[in-house]
Amino acid sequence: MSEHDESRTPVALSGLAANDPHLQPAARNPQLVERVIAMCFLVGIILVIGFGACYWVNAKPWTLGATMGGGLFFLGVGLVAWGKYLMPRGPFVEERHTLANSESDRNAFAAAIVERGGTVIKRRKMLGGLLGGGLGIFGVVAIFPLIRSLGPLPKSTLFHTDWRPGSFAVDITGRRVHKGDLAVGSIVTVYPEGFQDTDNGQAVDQTVLIRISNQDFTTQKGRESWGPAGYIAYSKLCTHLGCPVGLYEQQLQLLVCPCHQSMFNATNGAVPNFGPAPRPLPQLPLYIDADGYIRAQKDYGQPVGPGFWERS
Amino acid sequence: MSSEVINTKRAKQAAAGPYGKVGHALNELDDRLGVAKGGRTFLDKIFPDHWSFMLGEIALYSFVVLLATGVFLTLYYIPSTALTTYHGSYLPLDGQRVTEAYASSVNLSFAVRAGLLMRQMHHWACDIFIGAIVVHMARVFFTGAFRKPRELNWTIGTTLMILAIVNGFLGYSLPDDLVSGTGIRIAYSIILSIPVVGSYLGFLVFGGNFPGTMVIPRFFILHVLIVPALILGLVGAHLFLLVRQKHTQFPGKGRTENNVVGTPMFPVFMAKTTGFLLIVAGVTALLGAFAQINPIWQFGPYEASRISYAVQPDWYMGFLDGALRIWPSWSFHSFGYTIPLEVTVPAVILPGILFNIAYVWPAFERKLTKDFAMHNLLDRPSNRPKRTAAGVAVLALLSMLFIASSTDVIANFFHLPLNQVLWGMRILVILSPFVAYPVTWKICQELRVVEGGGKRKTTNVVTRTAEGEYVATAAPVYVDDVHSELEASEVPTFIVDETDKETGPGTRTVDR
Repeated sequence: MSEHDESRTPVALSGLAANDPHLQPAARNPQLVERVIAMCFLVGIILVIGFGACYWVNAKPWTLGATMGGGLFFLGVGLVAWGKYLMPRGPFVEERHTLANSESDRNAFAAAIVERGGTVIKRRKMLGGLLGGGLGIFGVVAIFPLIRSLGPLPKSTLFHTDWRPGSFAVDITGRRVHKGDLAVGSIVTVYPEGFQDTDNGQAVDQTVLIRISNQDFTTQKGRESWGPAGYIAYSKLCTHLGCPVGLYEQQLQLLVCPCHQSMFNATNGAVPNFGPAPRPLPQLPLYIDADGYIRAQKDYGQPVGPGFWERS
Repeated sequence: MSSEVINTKRAKQAAAGPYGKVGHALNELDDRLGVAKGGRTFLDKIFPDHWSFMLGEIALYSFVVLLATGVFLTLYYIPSTALTTYHGSYLPLDGQRVTEAYASSVNLSFAVRAGLLMRQMHHWACDIFIGAIVVHMARVFFTGAFRKPRELNWTIGTTLMILAIVNGFLGYSLPDDLVSGTGIRIAYSIILSIPVVGSYLGFLVFGGNFPGTMVIPRFFILHVLIVPALILGLVGAHLFLLVRQKHTQFPGKGRTENNVVGTPMFPVFMAKTTGFLLIVAGVTALLGAFAQINPIWQFGPYEASRISYAVQPDWYMGFLDGALRIWPSWSFHSFGYTIPLEVTVPAVILPGILFNIAYVWPAFERKLTKDFAMHNLLDRPSNRPKRTAAGVAVLALLSMLFIASSTDVIANFFHLPLNQVLWGMRILVILSPFVAYPVTWKICQELRVVEGGGKRKTTNVVTRTAEGEYVATAAPVYVDDVHSELEASEVPTFIVDETDKETGPGTRTVDR
């Protein structure tokens, strides 16, 4: 035991005799370990060659990954085992040297900054001020074009959509929606005509049109004329984070946002009754024209989608 | 020098010096760069052996895999939102109007040899990268490796974690598929929720109102150049500090505050670590081969008015998504302005608080314990009950938030009402840190007073004597088990009162 203990005491790496036990491999049976490692390397080589072959014949992707991954894995395992079992077992010790320098070195360093640098600047206060001011002004001035070029200012963009008085409601293919198109209980996503193909039309104007009844439908007081022939329309942008409110629970007449499960009651003005959404979905006032097409009376009248600072 | 002399082999060797051609080349190098002395010191650098020191290596090597596979992907990916009609080898999408970004992502998966493997490896390597960073960070935290002199490296490491999460999100967004596009939409809304400057910030980042015109090209250049360059630079600084300050080590035989015990850089550590690089790359490739990840062709291209059920972000975003789900719909309106607290609190303030706790923790602990000493020996987590309990509490909170990000899936899978799941998760999230802290603290207290608790357990050998008596004797310690002597370093009195150890409740002694 004591001999063992001695050989397990950490020693410095330099100046060891070649036959020192610390420089011997850790394995008890190095020949066996060597054979196992050689097997690992051989399997690795075969798999890596297999990777080349699979790539050459354009085999299925999983064969590429299996051969490459397996090959690298076996080569790696062999190399780790080589390092762990066949290389000097140690343990070796290395002294730490304090990182901190002597008091005089520290003082000399501080003196160079404070005394040498400080006096030069202190004596020429005006020059330092002018240079600092010049660079500072450049910094501030440079930030403005750099940042301002990135995008337009919001202005009133967030407050309105492309819905105009009289806009036809069209589906994604641009077809106008007629009052006979939807059965009671069905829904369709509509856009103001001319905007169904635009980014803004897709992202901001998207509106969910629900046929909720056969007769004119009033969701809230003051919206008596907004739901002709049972057609009502809400902004499809969730008021939580702007995901499309894509699910309609027909029996409960709930609009559901799949992102964070906000639920809006379609019958009473899309007031949220579950989930993190803080506001009802804005409702789009509709009318049916003489030809029977669904059209918007006017824009939403309030910002659609998630909340932001300027929103009142 | 005459030609006869250098013609013999032995004479050639003699002319080249005792170390042959290698020695000659090294001498030439040293003449010009003066590397011999520092080089030898570097080759002799000692690396302590402990499995937990490998966690940082996993992070480093998965980053190597990320760089290699990422370069491959940039050769085929087109960062453009221009519309095109898909006519590739994936027939279900044939004829669809999609963006160049989406079409090229699908094409590099199916039409480029090894493309799908590279894409899946890249995604897996990212998930492993951030996972390894988090676990590595936990190791550094619980063992106190962040203490003086290593506070700066903790700060760099925390920054690396944030950058890795940001870059993971940016890369996840690039294929412009339905799921990632929804993620970008949510990110935009989160920016919008920042009080006062939110809408300006959103318009500047996206080049206009969502979706803007610039998202994909901008995310691309951030993802492949700017953030990776920052990560690479900080990884360099992280490793430079590690070499300069040398490793920490667990206490044990022959180990002090003033030395490092382990294996030398060359050849032992180099063999092990290079082998480990190959293993990490190999496992990533096997995952890429056998475990499908992010099948964007099934999700379809992003269209702002479409959505899918059970949309989940990558795992490292889970805690944010969970927080957004369970936070109530409290919006603040006053004086004509809105603060969307239902978004600002869980998605801006909460991660801000969590990351800032990580940044200030070393200074906070120094102030609390008045421990300004240099520390090179690591703590056993149970010897620092309060720190360990605080860490476990934060991890418990994050885990619960992560689980909360799948309330809908849980409700569906277990046939529970969504409302019950939501309230259950709200309660669990709030309770978890308050339960985790005292439980962990108590376990640590118990572990500290167990005799021999710091030492590796040895087998008991039971023998039967001729008289039929059974005798148990401890087996000898395995000679190569360096941690068998792992004696806990003394707990300073500012952490625990010594008298407390003798008389504290629950104190017991186990005879071994």
